[in-house]
Amino acid sequence: MATIKAVDALSGAAIIDEFKRCGVEFIVSVPDRVTSESVLRRVAADTALKLVRVCKEDEGVSICAALSVCGKRAVLLMQCTGLLDSVNALRAIAVEYEQPVVMMVGLLGHESESPPAESPKYGISVVPRILDAMNIAYEVLHSAGDEKRIAPAIERAYANSTPLAILIGRSPV
Amino acid sequence: MMKRDECLDVIARHHTNEIVVAVYQAAFQWVVIKPDAPNCIATGAMGQGSSHGLGFALGMPQHRVLVLDGDGSLLMNLGTLVTIATAAPPNLVHFVCENGTYEANGGHPIPGKDVLSFAGMASAAGYREVHEFSELDKLDAALPGILKARGPVFVTLKIVPGKMYPENFGYMHSPKARADFKRALKRLPG
Repeated sequence: MATIKAVDALSGAAIIDEFKRCGVEFIVSVPDRVTSESVLRRVAADTALKLVRVCKEDEGVSICAALSVCGKRAVLLMQCTGLLDSVNALRAIAVEYEQPVVMMVGLLGHESESPPAESPKYGISVVPRILDAMNIAYEVLHSAGDEKRIAPAIERAYANSTPLAILIGRSPV
Repeated sequence: MMKRDECLDVIARHHTNEIVVAVYQAAFQWVVIKPDAPNCIATGAMGQGSSHGLGFALGMPQHRVLVLDGDGSLLMNLGTLVTIATAAPPNLVHFVCENGTYEANGGHPIPGKDVLSFAGMASAAGYREVHEFSELDKLDAALPGILKARGPVFVTLKIVPGKMYPENFGYMHSPKARADFKRALKRLPG
């Protein structure tokens, strides 16, 4: 595997700045290996964000949806395995109820700039195909600078009251 | 043993401005008993009522939130007990209507029927206060204190189904149900 230079890598600090730029107050999370150190640990130490630690990711779908009804913005930070485990909750609460459930999803084991749909790993390639099938919009981030797409995508999700998945293809630093 | 609709009648008598999240049979009965309350019955997937309740409690700390859960529903999302106890919203009261069956799905028994203790699990998870009732007059007497107590509070209601109410799944999952809830929220004082 090619070594990823830190200068090319996504920045956890920049990701959090994007959350704040678009008014995200709550991070709801089950720890994800891809974002654990660079994002979740920073969130836990950041007094400007409220961290809700959940036992299972589908709880987070409901919590984020309920917070949106309260006028509060949230991001569900989880691993792609958690997204797969939450498909029924997403089907009903996010898609059928048309609610802005925003997810940041670490693609565990991808660590590549290639499109996730082309991954030789089924657990990765199935993620965008499921999102497509569910008509859930998604962004794929893997390199420095991609973070700037986060806040506009979240703004669109809340403006249109639609779910959004932000897929993290390589571990941020 | 208490009937569920009789329990809900008692809760409705003590209910003032609390947000109510109700699931399945409790929801079908509650929206008949207290139709004008801020009622969230659109919780999407089985087990997700209490997680919605936690979201409302965190997002609207100025209001109190009552969750009217079912025993099969709670079993489908047991981690919620630990999540709620850890988040520790002081404004959340979590009721579970325990009748030991999957009432909406043919009346089959739940795993652990007559053995497990929901109140025991909630206590072990870290809820601040836990109650269990099987008599209406005792529930009635305790409710004023429960509704004012610092949460999260957990209440098991040992029930039998009671009379049947219309199972209006169409309304439950409709845009109208969600709009009715949002309109009722706007009417809340403060």
